[in-house]
Amino acid sequence: MSALSVRHLLGISYITRDDIELIISTADRFKEVLSRPIKKVPSLRDITIANIFFESSTRTRISFELAEKRLSADIINFSAAQSSVKKGETLIDTVNNILAMKVDMIVMRHASAGAPVFLSKYVNAQIINAGDGTHEHPTQALLDAYSIRERLKLKDFKGLRVGIFGDILHSRVALSNIFCLQKLGAEVMVCGPPTLIPMHIGKLGVKVSYNVREALKWCDVANVLRIQLERQKSQYFPSLREYAIYYGINKELLDSLNKDIVIMHPGPINRGVELSSDVADDPSRSIILDQVENGVAIRMAVLYLLAGRISEL
Amino acid sequence: MPARVILDSKKFALTIDRLCYQLIENHKDFSNMALIGIQPRGVHLSDRLFHRLKEIRKGVSLKYGVLDITFYRDDFRRSEKVHTASDTTIDFSVEGKDVVLVDDVLFTARTVRAAFDALLDFGRPDKVELLVLIDRRLSRQMPIQPTYVGKTIDAIESEYVKVEWKEIDGEDKVLILPKKE
Repeated sequence: MSALSVRHLLGISYITRDDIELIISTADRFKEVLSRPIKKVPSLRDITIANIFFESSTRTRISFELAEKRLSADIINFSAAQSSVKKGETLIDTVNNILAMKVDMIVMRHASAGAPVFLSKYVNAQIINAGDGTHEHPTQALLDAYSIRERLKLKDFKGLRVGIFGDILHSRVALSNIFCLQKLGAEVMVCGPPTLIPMHIGKLGVKVSYNVREALKWCDVANVLRIQLERQKSQYFPSLREYAIYYGINKELLDSLNKDIVIMHPGPINRGVELSSDVADDPSRSIILDQVENGVAIRMAVLYLLAGRISEL
Repeated sequence: MPARVILDSKKFALTIDRLCYQLIENHKDFSNMALIGIQPRGVHLSDRLFHRLKEIRKGVSLKYGVLDITFYRDDFRRSEKVHTASDTTIDFSVEGKDVVLVDDVLFTARTVRAAFDALLDFGRPDKVELLVLIDRRLSRQMPIQPTYVGKTIDAIESEYVKVEWKEIDGEDKVLILPKKE
């Protein structure tokens, strides 16, 4: 018997290594549940969860929704585009109105960094961060760690070298992954054009490289991030074509390294920009679809473990 | 009051053997039977039965699995801690099978109630039986009775029945303690 040290999942920086390991081992059990003829358990049947998405999402929203349904929770989906937020309602008012209808947990995505932390101080519900601006995306980091452990059959992460490639500056996935992998004992390197690497990122204890080939030579796992054109307010590199030539990862480049590197991508992929199709679709290298599959089990584990603490609120 | 031994290692072995022969009597060649141990502690007993049955009936093929019931418990969010789940391994369909659920001690029967729910997620068995090493018949909170019983005991609610295994504790035996350690 054990429990998480937190009541909300606001980010990986707020949880301990023990928490991460508990979530991962619980996800193993849920992965088995998902292989049964009836892929559903009754644990959360008295819980109501609101999925509040102020920013668009396909994978994360569907993954959370499936995880909630597999745990028998009641759910409501809310996306800002069709709501009173458009009429000028504040975040706290919106959430308190939803909570007035007896909702126990909130899964939230928001464009502003820190929105879930802010909310957790003012409302009486458990908050799960499904991505806040360029801050954190904890469940993505957890499912990434889970997928790496599964592919490489790791007992622990000590000595593992993970490279994170691409748009580090605008990426919440990068930050959560750095925290998560470091807590588990892995070494992390970030690689991308200097304009897309935050200036003081070295202070987090990560290595920095501006050369894709050098970084790939160093790492066992390459987590390739999406170029987030929608978040880029100015021109960070001359053209997508030039980015693909200097920073894109393709089969030719990987073949020339003469080593096995596990390729990951949180999706959606800009095919031919940060990652070529012959790498993304190669099951001997890419675990991109495993990441999506494991996302449901990881989110079930997070929801289950947090729901176990609801009565303490 | 000190701990009382209710099954020593000799009686323990005899009890295991008797349970095996009862299973053989009722299920003949085991072609339609599936033995399923309930995690965590029922698995020590089901492992033992599985190996002993294979010794007694050499070469017999026996469907064997283990079932975790954590996600089906009726006390989720009512007890202080979140229960950690164990492995479930059932790599055959239970549809149409005669399932024998195995647990070490039958006490309130809430675990068995949860096990029924969990089992049905793997298909619809023809028949479900329950085998326990110890039946604490005075402490039931649900109307569930075992099909096969190693030993029936009358212990009061506050007492604790402890089953020890050679593999873990060095010796097979069953004890009654005044309260849980």
